[in-house]
Amino acid sequence: MLKFLLRRLIVAILVALTVLTLSFALTRLSGDLAISIAGPNATQQDVEIIRQAYGLNRPLTTQYFDWLVRAVQGDFGESYFFRDRVANLIGSRLPITMTLGLVGLLIALVVALPLGIIAAVRENSWVDRTVMMVALIGQAMPSFWLGLILMVWLGLNLDLLPISGTGGPEYYVMPGIVLSFSAIPSLMRLTRSGMIEALSSDYIRTARAKGLSRLSILVKHAFRNAAIPVVAIAAVQLGFMLGGSIVIESVFAMHGVGYLAWESIGKNDFPVVQAVVLVLALIYIALTLLADLLNAVLDPRLRTA
Amino acid sequence: MSVTVVPGTGAARRLLRNIGFVVGATIVGVTLIVAILAPWITPYDPFAVDLVHRLVPPSFMEDGTPANFLGTDQLGRDYLSRLIYGARISMIIGIATVITSGIIGTTLGILGGFYGGRMDDVVMFLITARLSIPVVLVALAVAGLLGSSFILVILVLGLLLWDRFAVVARSTTMQIRTLDYVSAAWCAGSSQASVLLREILPNIATHLAVVATLEMALAILLEAALSFLGLGVPAPLPSWGLMIAEAKEYMFFTPWVILVPGIALFVLVLGVNLLGDALRDLLGTDLNR
Amino acid sequence: MSALLDVRNLRVTFGGTAAVRGASLTVEKGETHCLVGESGCGKSVTALALMGLLARGGKREADALSFAGQDIRNLGERDMSRLRGDRMAMIVQEPMTSLNPADTVGSQLTEVLRRHRGASRAQAVDRAAELLGRVGITAPGLRLGQYPHQLSGGLRQRVMIAMALMCDPELLIADEPTTALDVTVQAQILRLLAELQAEFGLGILLITHDLGVVARIADRVSVMYAGEVVESAPTAELFAAPQHPYTRGLLTCVPVPGKVKRGEPLGSIPGVVPRIPPGFVGCSFRDRCAYAHAACKHDIPRQHAGPDHEALCTLPPGWTDRAAA
Repeated sequence: MLKFLLRRLIVAILVALTVLTLSFALTRLSGDLAISIAGPNATQQDVEIIRQAYGLNRPLTTQYFDWLVRAVQGDFGESYFFRDRVANLIGSRLPITMTLGLVGLLIALVVALPLGIIAAVRENSWVDRTVMMVALIGQAMPSFWLGLILMVWLGLNLDLLPISGTGGPEYYVMPGIVLSFSAIPSLMRLTRSGMIEALSSDYIRTARAKGLSRLSILVKHAFRNAAIPVVAIAAVQLGFMLGGSIVIESVFAMHGVGYLAWESIGKNDFPVVQAVVLVLALIYIALTLLADLLNAVLDPRLRTA
Repeated sequence: MSVTVVPGTGAARRLLRNIGFVVGATIVGVTLIVAILAPWITPYDPFAVDLVHRLVPPSFMEDGTPANFLGTDQLGRDYLSRLIYGARISMIIGIATVITSGIIGTTLGILGGFYGGRMDDVVMFLITARLSIPVVLVALAVAGLLGSSFILVILVLGLLLWDRFAVVARSTTMQIRTLDYVSAAWCAGSSQASVLLREILPNIATHLAVVATLEMALAILLEAALSFLGLGVPAPLPSWGLMIAEAKEYMFFTPWVILVPGIALFVLVLGVNLLGDALRDLLGTDLNR
Repeated sequence: MSALLDVRNLRVTFGGTAAVRGASLTVEKGETHCLVGESGCGKSVTALALMGLLARGGKREADALSFAGQDIRNLGERDMSRLRGDRMAMIVQEPMTSLNPADTVGSQLTEVLRRHRGASRAQAVDRAAELLGRVGITAPGLRLGQYPHQLSGGLRQRVMIAMALMCDPELLIADEPTTALDVTVQAQILRLLAELQAEFGLGILLITHDLGVVARIADRVSVMYAGEVVESAPTAELFAAPQHPYTRGLLTCVPVPGKVKRGEPLGSIPGVVPRIPPGFVGCSFRDRCAYAHAACKHDIPRQHAGPDHEALCTLPPGWTDRAAA
């Protein structure tokens, strides 16, 4: 087990390095970064000044290694636009995005787990088919559009929630609901298929032969087994949700890292964009490691092997 | 992710009995026909601005006129005509992305699954690295840097959405690599390329078709999201995502302006997913991840 | 007094397929009733049907099905679950997959006592440790904290046996409980069951294909073939004077020391258990039977070869083997 985790850790570090390199390469895609920064109205002289100021006149490899060494230390340079350290900017915005992601995941779990279980218990009934339809609808729902609909309906018509912006807990409800839609289908399907597999297993027959209550059979015996992969996937889903939060943050004008990235893309503020890509990727990598770890902790066959 | 290779028996008949398949195929089929015939069936030029008749509601609503069945947008352009041309954009993006990412992913997956060992390690590494990259963010960043265009959206999505193709191609290839007919072709002295193309590819094609539907749905959704954020298909092209973005300012007064393109988008993606689900049920491809 | 378990004409169908087509048997208090037959003949399905544990899609019907005088045919799941594990317990056939992989052995054992008797954790743990000791598991305290995958097949089998005995049931339905065990452990388990029988009057329905075990512990034997009980008799009588050709075939499959000469082939029954189509009439063994004749295609009479000995066959009771004669 330890060996497996160590192997995964090494892969994670390699992936992180790859992403570091890619996010460096990303900003060099346009060719001359200095021209992009300077903007369309800059003179040749302006471009030259910028080139000097940001060290863009050095050889590419020097720039790369310099950037790599700093990035590893958590130094992503300075924002062109905000006149602040990129690390500070991200540090102040990340809690909003993380909270949003966790709210979304929580909503997704609260919806997906019970529905998945009910669908499995009533396999092939109309309940099951309805639940699977819900999964399909969730999969097909454009998140930004759902966000707008909720703004009109819950925000304007029913006046239940603030329409947009960053603020107290009530500001996280609508974006959280929208974000949860991206995780609900897969969590629900996984819960359902895991429960169906568990419920048809020999050990559930044993539990029934022991005369245990229905609740105990469903929760203690079936769900305990079905939940192991679901918990792990939930961690990975959180990673995907954080990556997708840029759309939702833009729709609801929530000032998280996604919004920051979107703003910065519009302002050609590349150090910020680069750093957000990197941070989100690193969080995703950490979450997949966490998923492996959770798997190992929850599954006694892995834990004690 | 595990994929079981199950031969389809009486596949066509079972598909037609599947309500999801019939509904999905109808939606996708109609959209495809409408997209192809767009220049001949649209009542108006989708780009023709008519500032006198702006934000006219659909004909079935109060104040609607029979002239514009789905009303007009904020510039007085006919909504139905724009919607039909938008179907074109969605279908082209969906199909082109699937082709690009399908080629990349399938190639990687077959190589990893067939050769195993170091090759497989590399492929698995690429898949892991790809999954850690936030798609929307990177797509937006690239569009921001290079300037958004129709071709760029296809390229970026194509280069980013190959992971599931690779995963499924890899695991199905692994399963059939050891089967008798592959070994037989191998022993009969076929070249490696010929084994891969003639024996492996046709036999995993059905499973790749399932992935293709899911990726097509995803690509259509992502294009709409990118265009909505202003970094996808550039105006004045009538991408559904862009139509929603342009209508956003008016949605609190006339909600139908975002409902029309949104519902179209939702229904098309639902149709593609229904099609994929029916295929998956039929083939037993397990895509949980 | 009525029997502990009384089953008359039990039928089980899955969809259109009949798995059990007529099984009648009784288990008295303190009695061991063995159900024997080839694999696929419906023994296990019978056991599951009696416990109300048929897989989804299974349908159970019977002319009578009573436990300790109570008709359990129409008992709801809730009432059945109160009986199961408490007064009627079952040992299932697959020890490798029948324990929950995500839960400790101790927790799976103790929950039976806690559920049915409201025992405290400590009481339940004591009871579990005691039973593990009695089924021959050394260091029971250690085993209680382990997970199923850490135990060998034989150990798991014994945990399953201990689990069934947690509440001192009145009836134990055991489906091949000793197949995974070596001979010494097997003897130990059989001895334990005999002790419990003497102590508490435990009634046992033992499903097995091991006629050695049958000869050792059974009071009564029922022979099952293609979903039907074809012969039922007290053990000694069945071994001494088997009536049904299938029973005879089964018995000649067993090497008996002194009776089988070196070099002589063991008897065997050619063919396999057939699938019985719906609407089938007559003897289901006729295609494999050396004595089959025209009458075997019609309804088969249930004949008495002794006061307590029945066989489902057209041959006259006490017939003798032409080949042997």
